[in-house]
Amino acid sequence: MTGYIFQRLALFIPTLILVSFVVFAIMRFLPGDPAIALLSQGGAGSFTEEDVQRMRERLGTDKQFHVQYWEFIRGLVTWDLGESFEFTGVPVSEMLETRFPLSVELALLALILSYIVAVPLGVLSAVKQDSWFDGVSRVFTVGGIALPPFVVGLLTIFILARFFEWLPPLGYAQLWTDPLTNLQQLIFPALVLGYFNMAFATRVTRSAMLEVLREDYIRTARSKGLRELVVIARHALKNAFLPVLTVAGFQLSRLIGGAVIIEVIFVVPGIGEMLVRSVLIRDYPIVQSTVMLIAVVVLVLNLIVDLAYGWLNPRIRYG
Amino acid sequence: MSSDRAAIAAPVIVRGIRATQGFALGLVDFSKRKPSGAVGGAMVFLLVLIAIFAPLISPFDPNQINGEYSFSAPGTTMPLGGNFAGQDVLSRLFYGGRISLFVGFVSIAIGITAGALMGAISAYYGGKFDLIVQRFVDAFIAFPGIILALALMAALGSSVFNIIIALVAVLAPSAIRTVRSQALALKEMDYVLAARAVGAGDARIIIRHIVPNCLALFIILATINLGYAILVEASLSFLGVGVPPNVPTWGGMLSGLSLTEMSNYWWLVVFPSLFLGIAVFGFNLLGDALRDVLDPRLRGTG
Repeated sequence: MTGYIFQRLALFIPTLILVSFVVFAIMRFLPGDPAIALLSQGGAGSFTEEDVQRMRERLGTDKQFHVQYWEFIRGLVTWDLGESFEFTGVPVSEMLETRFPLSVELALLALILSYIVAVPLGVLSAVKQDSWFDGVSRVFTVGGIALPPFVVGLLTIFILARFFEWLPPLGYAQLWTDPLTNLQQLIFPALVLGYFNMAFATRVTRSAMLEVLREDYIRTARSKGLRELVVIARHALKNAFLPVLTVAGFQLSRLIGGAVIIEVIFVVPGIGEMLVRSVLIRDYPIVQSTVMLIAVVVLVLNLIVDLAYGWLNPRIRYG
Repeated sequence: MSSDRAAIAAPVIVRGIRATQGFALGLVDFSKRKPSGAVGGAMVFLLVLIAIFAPLISPFDPNQINGEYSFSAPGTTMPLGGNFAGQDVLSRLFYGGRISLFVGFVSIAIGITAGALMGAISAYYGGKFDLIVQRFVDAFIAFPGIILALALMAALGSSVFNIIIALVAVLAPSAIRTVRSQALALKEMDYVLAARAVGAGDARIIIRHIVPNCLALFIILATINLGYAILVEASLSFLGVGVPPNVPTWGGMLSGLSLTEMSNYWWLVVFPSLFLGIAVFGFNLLGDALRDVLDPRLRGTG
């Protein structure tokens, strides 16, 4: 197991460095001078060569590439991410700190809700294969996989607004000061965000359970006279969980990407909503820091999933 | 003279007819085995027809502003109603399909092809080269697709061409990874060894022996990712960083609607959502069915 952890960590660090390089390259190497892009924002086409030069100095893009990259990395490590262009004087790190907790909460809530529904639904669907229950659950699942999350989000808002006179909250309550209001406010975005994940997890749980239930050890457990509940919970589900975990990493990445859109639709002031607005006005310091932060979160989560997988499945450790 | 030409043409025509028959039989067989796939295929086919014939079937010019039809209800003058500027929703949906499908097909054609080739090459040469390529793939896969696309759009600015670039960057890495794992098994096959023994070069082995055997995987990847590509394009346009706002797209039509507009003018939400849902659903159904028919081992991987 130690070897396996070591091997995973050895892969993690170079990937992290490459990720930082990709973010840096996207923001600096691509055609289009950020300084000119920023100056020509707002339609004003008249700026002098000095204006461009001053803007480059402000952005730091007048320096050589390796110096810029070094400053970028140093900024990340020391958590000094520069200032936003939009709100001059406000450090990006501060903006991330205020917005990050809400995004994490939304994603976690969506994840928890989706598994609370998905695992029982998948198991029941498999145990009662081809029953009406299985049918309903499969239609529900197909809907979640096929419908784009933002379409589900818009339709939800549309229904809430049209028939229940729902309005998005003007401000979001903090979890620790007013937990009830906070959960009430986040429940719809979390449900919409979780739907895709829920659908996918239900499908994987169902097919994994169907496969496991045909195994010999299940027949043995049953013929020993164990109660059906014990057979399913202890013998089948435990083994069916591996495939569910295999797709979890991929799922998490998709969930975090989807959160950005859901935040915009439901006006949740998280980092995703900030990212989209910053992309629109080309607020480079915010875009690069937010994208980097999201990538790091995904990488760390994938590492955890990998380690959990190794812990659950002894075969992989000695592969 | 003309009979000569007929004699030459005859076998070609016969071959053509046979091929068509074979294709038709294959289609019937596929629909019998996978009715859901046939349904998905029909949905996709319908959308493609609509996109191609958009200028013929659209009742209005999609960009024409008619002040008097602003927010007109469906069925009055405009079959599916009008938007804020009094533009016909139905015509915009038809023309929007052109952009969505065009962007989807082109980015898939470039992204999956480039990814598949790179995957085959990376697997074939192995060693340090493979290691480096795979670390880059790791780095790109660390970004959720929509986030990577957003970052690229921030740097490049919004245009149809730039969306295609962003989508290629999102699609290619996972294609590299998937095709590589298949190509790793293929390069150990006896016929590859045999090809090398008769003196075939690397390029010939990759193009004639490894790539053709990844064709089924390629078709599956392309179909499944088409739905995803259309979804990402729609998301970008919805967020306002995709195609310029004056160009009609399904995602763009949903963009910038206020809550009052949404609850009062339901047709502005429901119809574009419906078209988008049909497109993504159709490609998913078709992709899943193709995967089950062409390569059952891949079940549950995407």
